[in-house]
Amino acid sequence: MIRNHILICGGTGCTSSGSKSLMEALEAELKKNDLQDEVKVVMTGCFGLCALGPIMIVYPEGSFYSRVTEDMVPEIVSEHIIKGRIVKKYLYTDAKEGEEVDATNSLNDTNFYKKQKRVALRNCGVINPEIIDEYIAYDGYEALGKVLTEMTPADVIKVIKDSGLRGRGGGGFPTGLKWDLAARTVADVKYVCCNADEGDPGAFMDRSILEGDPHAVIEAMAIAAYAVGACKGFVYIRAEYPIAVNRLRIAIEQAREYGLLGNNIFGTDFNFDMEIRLGAGAFVCGEETALMTSIEGNRGEPRPRPPFPSEKGIFQIPTMNCNVETYANIPQIILHGAEWFGSMGTEKSKGTKVFALGGKITNTGLVEIPMGTTLREVIEDIGGGIPNGKKFKAAQTGGPSGGCIPASLIDTPIDYDNLVAIGSMMGSGGLIVMDEDNCMVDIAKFFLEFTVDESCGKCTPCRIGTKRMLEYLNKITSGKGTMKDIDELEELCYYIKANSLCGLGQTAPNPVLSTLRYFRDEYEAHVKEKRCPAGVCKDLMRYEITDACKGCTLCARNCPVNAISGTVKELHVIDQDKCIKCGVCESKCKFKAIIKK
Amino acid sequence: MKSLAELQAIKAKMQNKVMLRSNDGEETIRVVVGMATCGIAAGARPVLNAFLKEVEDRHLNNVMCTQTGCIGICRYEPVVEVYMPDGSKTTYVKMDEDKVAKVVHEHIVNNKVVQEYTIGAFEK
Repeated sequence: MIRNHILICGGTGCTSSGSKSLMEALEAELKKNDLQDEVKVVMTGCFGLCALGPIMIVYPEGSFYSRVTEDMVPEIVSEHIIKGRIVKKYLYTDAKEGEEVDATNSLNDTNFYKKQKRVALRNCGVINPEIIDEYIAYDGYEALGKVLTEMTPADVIKVIKDSGLRGRGGGGFPTGLKWDLAARTVADVKYVCCNADEGDPGAFMDRSILEGDPHAVIEAMAIAAYAVGACKGFVYIRAEYPIAVNRLRIAIEQAREYGLLGNNIFGTDFNFDMEIRLGAGAFVCGEETALMTSIEGNRGEPRPRPPFPSEKGIFQIPTMNCNVETYANIPQIILHGAEWFGSMGTEKSKGTKVFALGGKITNTGLVEIPMGTTLREVIEDIGGGIPNGKKFKAAQTGGPSGGCIPASLIDTPIDYDNLVAIGSMMGSGGLIVMDEDNCMVDIAKFFLEFTVDESCGKCTPCRIGTKRMLEYLNKITSGKGTMKDIDELEELCYYIKANSLCGLGQTAPNPVLSTLRYFRDEYEAHVKEKRCPAGVCKDLMRYEITDACKGCTLCARNCPVNAISGTVKELHVIDQDKCIKCGVCESKCKFKAIIKK
Repeated sequence: MKSLAELQAIKAKMQNKVMLRSNDGEETIRVVVGMATCGIAAGARPVLNAFLKEVEDRHLNNVMCTQTGCIGICRYEPVVEVYMPDGSKTTYVKMDEDKVAKVVHEHIVNNKVVQEYTIGAFEK
């Protein structure tokens, strides 16, 4: 008889912090105590608190252990599993230091989870993604069964339209409308496609969904295929996601075995099968026309629209393409209805959105919130605030295509339209938090470096334009910029936006434009005063030794480039030509005699 | 997969096996078995297993069987406490596998405390 389930996260985050060897250690320990038939160890998907991995939950109590190491295993087994005494000191807690840890604190009561609403991520951290039966136990494939046996394709499209679901990959195009357009195209053969080429730096929700709940995507693609009249599906996923690829492969095989993929699904005359196509990890392949070109076996470059993919897609066959997270919502909408989905979110943005929280934030990880939640709630309540008592400066959404939200707009409810209105965008959901130590010009430069690298080179505005923009930014951050450069940079931004072939180029200037909009004073400080207000840009700062120097020689001994000279008990001097501004001297000095200017 | 019924059959079979993972719900009945050294020595493990089996066989999806430490009445081990949703608590003592079926049937299913097994009956 099984009396305990121990769930261990097998997502990429926890795997890299050692969840696999933890699982082996746990199984060995259970065996040692002859408990292997009473306790079941389950590898599951991402819980969202990736910074605290490896994560382990013990049911039926629901005790949430974080940062579990192998040496904690014997204690957890002998105390919790054998004697039923929850090991409080290893539990995750958001209690402040000194406060009593509540051992019965279930996951849903913690600040991190309290304001979340898990729809797309509902099975992540609950089921074993490699066992189809567990997915079925949590209503899996019921939506597909309902669609095939009780609904017409038009009914399905109507439900999706009524739900108000919009594309979760970034664009925010109404999904129901997209399906409707694809369904209206007259053709013998049509395809559905899943965009799992998640390229935004810092975003990893699609990966986590595929790792934690791959069957949801398979089921949703089958539903989509039925609705638009397609018979075949493609999942385009980057090869850099080996765990996701592997679990999806296993899931597809299991679905085939159960006859949930193949011919005559649920005894109807609906046939559908799918295959995986691996991408080599080019950012531009997340753009749908480039993605399709890559699936065809060609170099991943975008092509002009029209013709739109709904008319001529993969191999010139009409194709309907959606993002992973969009698909993950579909079975839930079918089962619970459009009204249920519409009850979450704001007027024009329904449902929930997954965000990957990163940067200067306490709880790094994956969160799913109803649309319309304010940025303040996400950062302060769910994210646990900014570490080290620093002040919030801005949040960057939408990755290299998005922009930043300054601290003054922290109470903005997050939805598609609000973000666009303030010069950012939803994007795929990366949310990078920045504090006062971040230089906004440097941030813009970081994203530009990324787009320059990732521009495919097919069209001139993007290929050459982004390069020129980066040159301007380099000039400004090295203190050689002029006010004219800022104006020209801005003008170039609008030119590139207007003239690029695909979304990559059209959105590449966004980080610059939005930082110019909210932090122009920082740009001007770099140009006029040759100063970086945050103290990040190395060319604009210098370290100096003040009279407080006692001549202890510690700085000189630690300087990696021997730029500090001086004799014992005398004032030391930094040779500015040699100094590489690494800051070692400042951190070593015991008398605070070294200052950054 | 040829029909919805086939899917439902798999679902029903599996739901019992993953039930353990949903610890929410107001209506949950908690069966807590004392599993400290004294309890284990007195045979608490087969008792817990018997509860788990009985609960699964009867498809009772509102019962959570769990273990706890020593509550200080070691001479009465194995001790089992049943918490009903209304907050009432019953302490059964000197439990064994054979007594489990009766507790599940009468107390958990029909909400009638099995007086003869309770600590009150033993202390008389």
